[in-house]
Amino acid sequence: MADLITPDLVDLDLAAADRHQATRSLAERLQAAGRVTDLDGFLADVRAREAQMPTGIEGGIGIPHARSAHVTEPTLGFGRSTAGIDFGSDDGPADLIFLIAAPEGGGAEHMNILASLARRLIHASFKEALRTAPDPEAVVNLIKKEVLGQ
Amino acid sequence: MKIVAVTSCPTGIAHTYMAAEALEQAAKDAGHELKVETQGAAGAEPLPPEDIANADAVVFAADVEVRNRERFAGKPLVQTSVKRAINDAPGVLAEVETAAERGVTAAPATAGPADSLVADAAPALATKVDQQAHLGIRLRGWLMTGVSYMIPFVAAGGILIALAFLLGGPEVANKVNGGTFEGVEYPAVTDLSKLVVQAGWAGLLFKIGATSFFMLVPILAGFIAYAMADRPGLVPGIVAGLLANEIGAGFLGGLVGGLLAGAIVMAIKRVKVPRGVAGIMPVVVIPLVSALVVGALMLVVVGQPIAAATEGLTDWLNGLSGTNAVVLGVLIGLMMAFDMGGPVNKVAYAFGLASLASGNLKVMAAVMAAGMTPPLGLALATVVRPKLFTRAERQAGEAAWLLGASFITEGAIPFAAGDPIRVIPSLMLGSAVTGGLSMVFGSTSRAPHGGIWVLGLVGRPLLYLVAIVAGTIVTAVVVALAKSIGRRVPAEAEPAVMPTGTATATG
Repeated sequence: MADLITPDLVDLDLAAADRHQATRSLAERLQAAGRVTDLDGFLADVRAREAQMPTGIEGGIGIPHARSAHVTEPTLGFGRSTAGIDFGSDDGPADLIFLIAAPEGGGAEHMNILASLARRLIHASFKEALRTAPDPEAVVNLIKKEVLGQ
Repeated sequence: MKIVAVTSCPTGIAHTYMAAEALEQAAKDAGHELKVETQGAAGAEPLPPEDIANADAVVFAADVEVRNRERFAGKPLVQTSVKRAINDAPGVLAEVETAAERGVTAAPATAGPADSLVADAAPALATKVDQQAHLGIRLRGWLMTGVSYMIPFVAAGGILIALAFLLGGPEVANKVNGGTFEGVEYPAVTDLSKLVVQAGWAGLLFKIGATSFFMLVPILAGFIAYAMADRPGLVPGIVAGLLANEIGAGFLGGLVGGLLAGAIVMAIKRVKVPRGVAGIMPVVVIPLVSALVVGALMLVVVGQPIAAATEGLTDWLNGLSGTNAVVLGVLIGLMMAFDMGGPVNKVAYAFGLASLASGNLKVMAAVMAAGMTPPLGLALATVVRPKLFTRAERQAGEAAWLLGASFITEGAIPFAAGDPIRVIPSLMLGSAVTGGLSMVFGSTSRAPHGGIWVLGLVGRPLLYLVAIVAGTIVTAVVVALAKSIGRRVPAEAEPAVMPTGTATATG
């Protein structure tokens, strides 16, 4: 199984006018890495989920995500925004954006990884470390350590 | 305080787990003991019933319908959204404390798209029962899950077969499967593209119905195992059911196979494996190992004794040919109703066919009559005492009239599989009465199947009907009595057990 996240899936200077643009920008990185086969198809799936209920949660986090047939590997794209991007949370815009892409027929092992990633997002120390990470490699190492225990 | 929680969200890959983590953290900080069932895409590990029984309160943090919520009936409940649990887990727990103090109880499971044609899982009053009764209730829940998935197959297949008899005459079965009817020899349809030419449109109905019936036992076994062990149980369960078909073990064989499959998967799940292997457990290792083990058990441990027993029973029954006709009728009745399509039933039916071929038409009449009363008696019981049956069973009862009248004994299987200890002896009693009476009256049948639709080929038809009605009434009365015995509650608690499907598939 490929890595959940690699440095080229990290954008520490994510600039976008709204959540759709932010999602597209991260999804393009997933496409470039071969994790997403059909960019627009995938974005439609993400948007469908986002439409059910905004994915932003308190503490400056946005989690656009989808299970999609256009995804080859469970993948995390990460973006950090200094200006903040509105993901529909009551307490304001999000500065940490996690784009979670899961393959449609993903087996339990895929889902378990994403589940433990989701669990880590709750922890303040994890968020803080992501906010202060100096470069993409640091972000990748941090996530691998926290989520996969590697 | 002891709390159990269920988290669930549309996609099942993010918020479900974040809410679980948030609740666990907040509970730890507040000094509560909290266990979460995450109904997400990774497959739900159900909360142990003991934990639910011991819990002081329940939290549902869910944006989609909580599956199997009947397990929590009677507990103080706080319902909220996943987001609220993520954003303000301490606040949610504070509400839980209040709810537990005031005793706000969970509504009985009703709402949701799932409770249409679905039988109950374990009625969730397991709080004050000892360990033994506990297993009994769980066992019934597993069986009823299998039955609830099987009933549509029985109804669809049975009604199609009955229609085929009505439209094409009873010989349609021989036109499709081959054999002799009223002295005419029919070849079996071997090339399905010639089905309609050889057997007509009625033959088409018969073939489709028979195919649906073929799935009864695999579906029963598969979903018993599913109820026990969640999705990984399906493969070994269905394989066990298919093998039960192959070895002629009938629905009782499938029932045993399904329980075995579920138990094997439950056991494998307990094995702690290294992280690298854990990934392939649910998709490769568990289905592989469990199907292999249960398959071997079915073929070797179950299959061979059944073959031997079938042979022994056949010899024994043939040896009885000269004895008292009424005793023979009673025996045939007992056998027909014992396993409804299983090995014992098949021996009796084959004996009837052999007698028919050798010119003894009375045995065939007794066989057919005794095979009609189980569904008819149960259908009557669901009308007279509906409270003793789950909603799914009552709906199966409606189809059972037609199936019984058409000598499709399988119509009784949903009832027998859900509660075999009470139902099967009752059915046997009713069929014994009918089998005996049919012999006493000296009724004859020149048709090997068809039920009341071949009454024209039955000798002494009015007395024959009397025998069938008598057995039907006996069956209904005895079933009603048996179901009233040792029952703490009527089976009215019949919450949904079917996962909402969409919750994991599209969610």
